[in-house]
Amino acid sequence: MSSSTSHVTDDATTCSTDTPNTNPAPESSSEILRTWNANENSFRDSFFQIAARSLHKNYHKGSNEIPVLRGVDIEIKEGEFLAIVGQSGCGKSTLLHLLGTLDRPDEGEIYLADNRIDNLSAGARDRLRNETFGLIFQFYHLLPELNALGNVLLPLMIRHGFFGYLRQRRVFRKRAKELLEKVQLSHRLKHKPRELSGGEMQRTAIARALINQPKVLLADEPTGNLDRAAGQEIIGILRNLNTSENLTIVMVTHDENIARQADRTVRLVEGQIE
Amino acid sequence: MYKLILCWRYLQTRYIALASVISVTLGVATLIVVNSVMSGFTHEMQYRIHGILSDLVFDGHGLEGFSDSRWHMERIQKIIGDDIEAMTPTVHVPAMLNYRVGQRWVHRQVNFIGIDTKTYAQVSDCANYLQHPKNRIEPSFQLREGGYDLHDRELEEESPYRHGMEMAGWQHRRRLATEEKAWLAAQKKNTPELKVPEQVGRADPFSGIDTPLRAAESEEGVVQEWGPLSKSQVYDKATQQETGVIIGYALAQVLGHEGDHYFLVLPGDDVKLTFPTAGTPPKAVSGSFTVVDFYQSKMSEYDSAFVFAPIEKLQEMRGMIDPSTGIANVNSIQIKLREGADLEAARDKLRGAFPPEIYAISTWRDKQGPLLAAVQMETAILNILLFLIIAVAGFGILAIFFMIVVEKTKDIGILKSLGASGGGVMAIFLSYGLLLGSVGSGAGLVLGLLFVRNIDSVRKGVEWISGQPVFDPSIYYFQQIPTLVDPQMIVWVIAGAMAIAVVASVLPALRAARLHPVEALRYE
Repeated sequence: MSSSTSHVTDDATTCSTDTPNTNPAPESSSEILRTWNANENSFRDSFFQIAARSLHKNYHKGSNEIPVLRGVDIEIKEGEFLAIVGQSGCGKSTLLHLLGTLDRPDEGEIYLADNRIDNLSAGARDRLRNETFGLIFQFYHLLPELNALGNVLLPLMIRHGFFGYLRQRRVFRKRAKELLEKVQLSHRLKHKPRELSGGEMQRTAIARALINQPKVLLADEPTGNLDRAAGQEIIGILRNLNTSENLTIVMVTHDENIARQADRTVRLVEGQIE
Repeated sequence: MYKLILCWRYLQTRYIALASVISVTLGVATLIVVNSVMSGFTHEMQYRIHGILSDLVFDGHGLEGFSDSRWHMERIQKIIGDDIEAMTPTVHVPAMLNYRVGQRWVHRQVNFIGIDTKTYAQVSDCANYLQHPKNRIEPSFQLREGGYDLHDRELEEESPYRHGMEMAGWQHRRRLATEEKAWLAAQKKNTPELKVPEQVGRADPFSGIDTPLRAAESEEGVVQEWGPLSKSQVYDKATQQETGVIIGYALAQVLGHEGDHYFLVLPGDDVKLTFPTAGTPPKAVSGSFTVVDFYQSKMSEYDSAFVFAPIEKLQEMRGMIDPSTGIANVNSIQIKLREGADLEAARDKLRGAFPPEIYAISTWRDKQGPLLAAVQMETAILNILLFLIIAVAGFGILAIFFMIVVEKTKDIGILKSLGASGGGVMAIFLSYGLLLGSVGSGAGLVLGLLFVRNIDSVRKGVEWISGQPVFDPSIYYFQQIPTLVDPQMIVWVIAGAMAIAVVASVLPALRAARLHPVEALRYE
């Protein structure tokens, strides 16, 4: 715990490049954190829900190592809607994958509410992805074999065992239907992904990401494959989730117009936060 | 839960995987058919062999046999008395069966067996194989008036009609006698100077051979020649019979052009039997006998070889009776044990009590051991071969599973990004393998059982298409392909096939489990 505190204070000053909204100033936040960290969990959680320190990630191509992330530091507060922008290939998706425990950094540390998560066991990371993070992808990544409802239910099926799922089946289906209704897909419950439009698929993916009531929503170019209107619709939903349910959202995008609608934007250039 | 749903969906949408299972299906079906036929064959054969052979056979070496069956039976009774249900003495001798068809004589090599009708029926099921309903209840060497089975008793109308059997019995014999008389009368009329003996038929090479009874009365005690019937004995073929014999069905029967059965000899006909005497050196003696019934065990080995006659007659004719004491020799004692008695233990006890240089004691299994062992070995080898076929199918499953894993790489990435563990992903493919295995072996089970159930229609179909007999009763032992479905065998076959399917899916499943989620998601 002490290490996490130190890292947060160390990097707090460098974390946010631009702060369009009324977040507390970095200095004061680290001050407060230092003061309250020891005994006030709820307070600490309200700050820096996710924090990453000097993340390095290389990709191997044959014998060559291609550096993708070269020491990225980032902090995300609870209830924040953060956009990470950058050219393609700058490593923003990799960063999101690292935050979402899909991958492990070569160097550096990632903390979720002060708990280090990048070195957890595979099982614990699986559980984190299932319960704490909701993931949305550019290509929706729905399972073609399942209909919209089935896809939304999938994280619940993964989370609960066979009998656990069967026992609460009704509740789960109700929750999934409510979520699909929320993204205006109540008329598409039984449709397979190939029968849905891009926007509908992405909305299904959002419903799926929300089904386990995650703490953080990680969106990787959620509008990248959609036309303007559909993209705007998706951002609207995310925006709405952020404001009405105080859901932390980290969104990767290359589109400045989309990024502008987030609370805060972080620019990634050649593997480093600009 | 998602594992089950997904592997069920994969099963529904990936038909190529089902194709890989066809070989499992065929393998399982073949295994079931082969094992059913083999065990049916073994079972039927054992049943039939056992129907003829008693549990234990107590043989003396050589044709002469051993003396005093009563004394032997008492000793046997003392040694294994608790286990014995019935015993009977028999006389076995190789013989030649001669009968006339038209103007020609037909000779068949047979196994001539003298039995005691009362006790022999207790040690073996041979009475069941007789063709007269009354003989099946109480076997007898007396010719019946008529009423012999016109069809196979077990198959009823489906089996070929037996031409001539409706006439068999005394009615046939009387007609023969009338015909013979008429022929003799005609001969006499045409050639009055020709002296034809009244009793014997036309140009009979066996004429001059007497009934053995008379020969046994000769002074030397050993039968050597057979004088003509004395004038005092009047033999009327229409009302009298020679000593009765029961001959194997296949010795008399021939196939008509439509598969119907015709007979060279019918119950009521007289036949001659030539066989060696008990003396040294053995001499051939011949005697006249009347066929009283057929014996059909459907094991062609026996049906084409066995001829049964009353043991006393055989003992007399072969000179096996000691003239001074009146005690007769026998070749063998057949012993039937109580149900559940230990065959081998009883045999070993007897072997301990009787010197092996004089007696050979064996169980019915020992007697047919090589045959049964051969069938068993064939079954084992076929099982190994067929399981290899299923193993080959396993490699097909392996290849197709790898394909499916590659095809589903992205989906695997999705599942992992949603928090599915490597084990969970592995379980999808393992249960997919299990599901495919059970679908394959389930289909194979149904196919195999259907095949076994309709094996004779299948056989007929194949025969009709290929124009060649597939199952020749004269080569194999049975008229029909026997089958016996053993539930335990089915369980083993299915378990084996499923195990192979699961083992084949282990490698692809491992690969799926080890896929890196990010790389899998990026996979296009």
